[in-house]
Amino acid sequence: MHEMSLTEGVVEIFREEARKQGFSRVKTVWLEIGALSAVDPSAMEFCFDAATRGTLAEGARLEIICTPGQGWCLDCEKTVPLEERFGACPECGRSHVQMTGGDEMRVRELEVE
Amino acid sequence: MCTVCGCGTATQEGDQKPGEAPKEAKAHSHSHAHGDHDHDHDHDHHHHHDHDHHHGPDHDHAHDHDHSHAHAAEEKIDFGAGLAGVHVPGLSQERIVRIERDILSKNRSYAEQNRALFAQKGVLALNFVSSPGSGKTSLLVRAIEDLKSRHAIAVIEGDQQTSNDAERIRATGVKAIQVNTGKGCHLDAHMVGHALETLDLPDNALMFIENVGNLVCPAAFDLGEAHKVVLLSTTEGEDKPAKYPDMFAAADLMLLNKSDLLPHLDFNVGECIGHALRVNPHLQTLVVSAKTGEGLAAFYAWVETRAALARQKAAKNKAG
Repeated sequence: MHEMSLTEGVVEIFREEARKQGFSRVKTVWLEIGALSAVDPSAMEFCFDAATRGTLAEGARLEIICTPGQGWCLDCEKTVPLEERFGACPECGRSHVQMTGGDEMRVRELEVE
Repeated sequence: MCTVCGCGTATQEGDQKPGEAPKEAKAHSHSHAHGDHDHDHDHDHHHHHDHDHHHGPDHDHAHDHDHSHAHAAEEKIDFGAGLAGVHVPGLSQERIVRIERDILSKNRSYAEQNRALFAQKGVLALNFVSSPGSGKTSLLVRAIEDLKSRHAIAVIEGDQQTSNDAERIRATGVKAIQVNTGKGCHLDAHMVGHALETLDLPDNALMFIENVGNLVCPAAFDLGEAHKVVLLSTTEGEDKPAKYPDMFAAADLMLLNKSDLLPHLDFNVGECIGHALRVNPHLQTLVVSAKTGEGLAAFYAWVETRAALARQKAAKNKAG
């Protein structure tokens, strides 16, 4: 359950940005979570309520933007969709695929006041 | 509370013996002075870039909200940046701010501080990860016994609870700090940073960090180590690298431990290493036994060549 730790990290980012950018409440959060990242979006949602309680983001709406997995197949020499982190190329079936996208875990935007 | 992991119950225990009062106040995990410490533990450990978005001057957000937010640390608070584009006293200013920050960026900045400290002192830091029961502590105890005459060694032990492991390490005569993560399932760079303050690391030492037994979460958290060393024991399944690929992808060395039990088991070493190499083609693998000492000479060679490089680099930096 490191989603709890990660959610605490997100709240910490809110605090820092609030200081820098001068806002006092977070109303909506857009998180970008890659399909191949080490995060389960539903666990993140579960933790978000608990982690934001009593903070400037209490009651905030969480929007998770899931980005698809992508890799470069060394054999096909092109970008292919990737279902799992070390999965096979959907076209040639070999597992010589280097992940190129989908492992993001980012706070993209906040709606604040 | 730890900023990255949020484990409010993380504690760290110094080197006092059982039944003895703590020798020094700094055995407490959060007792050091920070510049802007506000006791909520959101102190900034002087990290260099806590803002890492790279917007060029030409960026226009494809967005239906017309937001002209303030977005660099140096920029001023812009009261005209609300949705309405004006500031009306007494009315709230709802606005969208673009953040673009990696969730792990905070941990990464702590990790970089730890890494800088190791580099400056010529210390080789290794982060040992595995499932519970793979033999991390036994391997460390054995390695310390074999290496302590040639190297200064310090150990950070991560566990959810108890200081049993640190006590086992201390019995070898080297300094060990136990970090209890409480609810947390992994060590993070912030906890390690605190432990380092207590540890008073000698120059050119070997720093062994034994992570919490867990093949999932510690993979994502850089502690500032030079290498992750993953242990797998022959009593586990051969396909663990396929089942828990993140950890084997993050590691540089895999030690297949408990080789002394191989004659009694149906464990296929080749198959296991094959699974690991599919996940990480660059992984180096050694078959060892912390009990009989099999293969450990190779592991020590691996450690000592890297320790020599770390030492050399630090000496060069000092001279230059």
